[in-house]
Amino acid sequence: MSATLYEKIGGEPAVNAAVDIFYRKVLNDYRINRFFDNADMDKQIAKQKAFFTMAFGGPNNYTGQDMRNAHANLVKVGLNEDHFNAVMEHLGATLTELKVPSDLIAEAAAIAESTRNDVLGK
Amino acid sequence: MVTLSVDQNRYACQQGETVLDALLRQNINLSFACKKGTCHSCMVRSADVTPPQAAQSGLKNTLIKQNYFLACQCYPEQDMVIKLPDQSEFYRMGTVVVNKLLNRNTILLVVAFEDAFEFNAGQFVNLQRSDGLTRSYSTANIPQQSNTLEFHIRRLPGGKFSEWLHDEVSVGDSIAVSEPRGHCFYLPERSDQGLLLVGTGTGLAPLAGILTDALANGHTGPIHLFHGSREREDLYRIDEMRQLAKQHSNFHYTPCLSGNDVPDGFAAGRVNDIVFSHIPDLKNWRVFLCGHPEMVNQMKKQVFLKGATIADIYADAFLISSH
Ligand SMILES: Cc1cc2nc3c(=O)[nH]c(=O)nc-3n(C[C@H](O)[C@H](O)[C@H](O)COP(=O)(O)OP(=O)(O)OC[C@H]3O[C@@H](n4cnc5c(N)ncnc54)[C@H](O)[C@@H]3O)c2cc1C
Ligand code: HEM
Ligand code: FES
Repeated sequence: MSATLYEKIGGEPAVNAAVDIFYRKVLNDYRINRFFDNADMDKQIAKQKAFFTMAFGGPNNYTGQDMRNAHANLVKVGLNEDHFNAVMEHLGATLTELKVPSDLIAEAAAIAESTRNDVLGK
Repeated sequence: MVTLSVDQNRYACQQGETVLDALLRQNINLSFACKKGTCHSCMVRSADVTPPQAAQSGLKNTLIKQNYFLACQCYPEQDMVIKLPDQSEFYRMGTVVVNKLLNRNTILLVVAFEDAFEFNAGQFVNLQRSDGLTRSYSTANIPQQSNTLEFHIRRLPGGKFSEWLHDEVSVGDSIAVSEPRGHCFYLPERSDQGLLLVGTGTGLAPLAGILTDALANGHTGPIHLFHGSREREDLYRIDEMRQLAKQHSNFHYTPCLSGNDVPDGFAAGRVNDIVFSHIPDLKNWRVFLCGHPEMVNQMKKQVFLKGATIADIYADAFLISSH
């Protein structure tokens, strides 16, 4: 059996390294940081881990409905295409910084992209 | 709704209710302290089904295998038969050997044991009164010293446990002490790394243990301790820390006062602000944050944004649960 994207990128250690870089980018981005301005950093980090595990196609079985629910409250306060694009940008930059090969970055980006309508509640 | 069985009796657990809340509501006397999954004082065991995963998060593998779980974190998915563990499984008896004031509202409590008490400096334990009332307190010494544990305990006006320790417990009394818990401690690795220790009030307790441990392990990187409170009278061990800073050229101590009266030798303001005016860039630093939950939570995010990695941030928020 060939290795999954999650395994190829490096599994849980890679997720942890990615969260460190990605979360710092997100918190420093005035366009989207208000969505992440939750008092409880540990919970936020757990969610970021879920985000990457999912983008890497890893062992976390979210459905489109789950993605709708997880972001429904954000859509109510204005989550839109621009915000989604910003997150995609940080995802790509984070993986580039981690020196993930570009074909694997493209695979991860495609998985994230496929959730666009659900995340934005369309 | 599911049914919980304890000793042949059956209790209802409502949708959205934890096992702990359901049993307390029906007058079962379970010990608890934080209701946040931190202190582990509400640990019970399932005699039949496997508990939900979230209720076992943070427990040792050996306990998970035996179906122990945290009642305060358990939203049962099905009927459960629950064993309330005999508390003596988790508690050891110690004897109070010192109970004296460190400042106007904080005592030093030292508890001695017959044999060595194994812990990592900076971890906390649960102390339990004979009626089952339980609270978490951080250790302030290092294990190599003797068979004792040291605590700094602040009097919370009207606080049940802290007032009892201040007013009624005296030398010679015995007290029940749990196993050590928590991840906020020093590991003797990367000894040239900078260490930032930030505490408010009795948050100094775990930091004092961590500091002693780091120095005893020959840590060579810079170690900065910031201890904050509103007034000078609420700080303690000031001279001791200054003395230590004279003896160790890599150790730096900054007492911080957020009130109006700030004498010479103290930094004025909140620790959050003072820390970053001293150390603007925390890349590659290891950070320990202890004390007031608001300070701890804000600082966690701030030190991360200043460059510390998530794995290098250790924190104990001294949560006070409202009962
Ligand atoms: C991991 C951890 C480590 C801890 N380490 C230490 C330590 O080393 N030293 C230490 O002194 N404490 C420490 N604490 C706090 C300690 O566990 C108790 O919560 C504290 O001593 C109060 O308990 P109590 O029974 O006296 O108060 P309780 O009887 O529990 O009274 C609390 C009541 O006071 C109210 N209250 C909340 N905040 C305040 C406030 N600021 N002023 C007045 N009332 C308030 C609450 O709503 C509640 O009703 C730690 C807590 C945790 C979770
Ligand atoms: C790019 C595609 C995206 C994917 C795959 C994704 C994935 C996820 C996942 C898996 C969770 C955790 C859900 C849970 O278990 O609770 C989550 C939560 C969250 N996401 Fe996304 N997300 C995406 C886009 C976005 C965008 C564009 C934003 C805002 C700018 C955002 C903000 C959040 C926030 C704030 C949470 C936490 C919600 C809460 O606290 O309950 N996400 N996301
Ligand atoms: S872990 Fe349940 S009360 Fe603290």
